[in-house]
Amino acid sequence: MQNHPVFTDNDPQNELSTLNLGPTHPATHGVFQNVLQLDGERIVSGVSTIGYIHRAFEKIAEHRPFYQITPLTDRMNYCSSPINNMGWHMTVEKMLGIEMPKRVDYMRIIIMELARISDHIICNGVLGVDTGAISGFMYLMIYREHIYEIYEEICGSRLTTNIGRIGGFERNFNHIAWDKLRKFLKEFPAVLKEFEALFNRNRIFIDRTKDVAAVSAETALNYSWSGPLLRAAGVDYDVRAMEPYSSYEDFDFEVPVGTNGDVFNRFLVRNEEMWQSLRLIEQALAKIEKEPSDIFHADVPDFYLPPKEEVYNNMEALIYHFKIVMGEIPTPATEVYHAVEGANGELGFYLVNDGGRSPYRLHFRRPSFINYQMYAPMSRGMLLSDAIINMSSLNVIAGELDA
Amino acid sequence: MGKITNEELLKKISDKFNDQVTLVGEPFGLLTLETGREQIIDVLTFLKTDPSLQFVFLTDITAIHYPEQEKQIGVLYHLHSLVNNVRIRLKVFLTIDDVHIPTATVLWEGANWMERETYDFFGVIFDGHPDLRRILNVDDMLVFPMRREHPLEDPNRVDKKDYFFGR
Repeated sequence: MQNHPVFTDNDPQNELSTLNLGPTHPATHGVFQNVLQLDGERIVSGVSTIGYIHRAFEKIAEHRPFYQITPLTDRMNYCSSPINNMGWHMTVEKMLGIEMPKRVDYMRIIIMELARISDHIICNGVLGVDTGAISGFMYLMIYREHIYEIYEEICGSRLTTNIGRIGGFERNFNHIAWDKLRKFLKEFPAVLKEFEALFNRNRIFIDRTKDVAAVSAETALNYSWSGPLLRAAGVDYDVRAMEPYSSYEDFDFEVPVGTNGDVFNRFLVRNEEMWQSLRLIEQALAKIEKEPSDIFHADVPDFYLPPKEEVYNNMEALIYHFKIVMGEIPTPATEVYHAVEGANGELGFYLVNDGGRSPYRLHFRRPSFINYQMYAPMSRGMLLSDAIINMSSLNVIAGELDA
Repeated sequence: MGKITNEELLKKISDKFNDQVTLVGEPFGLLTLETGREQIIDVLTFLKTDPSLQFVFLTDITAIHYPEQEKQIGVLYHLHSLVNNVRIRLKVFLTIDDVHIPTATVLWEGANWMERETYDFFGVIFDGHPDLRRILNVDDMLVFPMRREHPLEDPNRVDKKDYFFGR
């Protein structure tokens, strides 16, 4: 990158030092190890080691019925697990040919966009922390808490949500969830605006982030980058716009793009995506008003578990319950690739089914895994402190990296 | 969906490669083709560089194991043409005792880790890969764990046997 001499091994001036950045270093936000060769503060070369929390999800998935795979997807990108959950549900629904009612689609969009906001809150907040500005992170964190409270009303859990089912949601949103959502929509814009005021024209922040780790569109595509990172480099690829799923085609939103793919551009793209997510949620709320309020799942008794009280009192419900739990319902032998726009990029599910109760093969296209492989090559010639903020703006989530 | 239909896409490819590329199907509108390892880099290069196709985005490389087939290991490529908004899936099947295939890192840098992952789990050897090491599993692992012959759990364990639920 910069004009800087690189010494060979037997050069008398060679004073390279080796630094183990990670696996558990506070500056890396997760279990990542990078063995760096440093010349002073400048990185000469680096090798990334990953796999510290590999849990063999693809192998486990071959032994679990479809509905039991949802909790595995939770643990990939745990900052926005609802997107993973629903991506998986939609993959199975696509395979089974299940059409969702519009209201379910809109409810899913609300949850997925909330998840995107909470993920970007973390990423941009932490980027602030790594550049030395802690207050923005602290200020936004309470709103991630409010988002988690909304999840809690809907599915009972907060981080690893297991939200929704194949065929819809496990229950309708209650009035507390709707109230909390409206309160969030009312309060959050002012907070986000203040967060932007703290950073967007902050001299120190701009000096630390502008032109750091700039990536051209060609390089980003060459490395199969997707999501906010690719868009910051200037390529307007967003799965929601290109291949709309869950009725995204009914909505009016914009895909923000950056110019040179540096850390500052990524920050701005993520901020703008939060505004767009808010727009989407507001539109979804307006559209849901026009739909019948008691629909929260599709009418697919073969795949959607009946309510418990019916299972105990009703013959048909008991049979369906038994057949779903035992996995005795035939499924088509086919293969399907379904992609959703995760918070970090294209989250793909490649499912090969042989007609049994569990997938024959399931492969997750995990955006963090693919985005992170450029980290070591792009760190060459960078200052160590720049490499740290580069890592936080890549938003690599260890769970999604290793799967 | 896209500006180019699957029929046009198939015609373009079969004009160029004749019978070296065969149609597998179009599950859910995604054109799926099979080819041999001798042609795979040519096919990928053609798809990437042809000005009317421009499959510049390598979505994914992975593999699959069918123990009962003669050619057991399938290597799968998903490509995406962002200009035409069309996806395509390519399959190459390899025999288990000769799992060599040329690397796609000559076309995409991003293929590097995808191929390492495929090697790690299925033992597919990508000839010409710059750094073909294990990536998620431990370095001294002896097997390729996603092959079907390896059970999820130790089969000698008796404490978790559940005869009613088939685990």
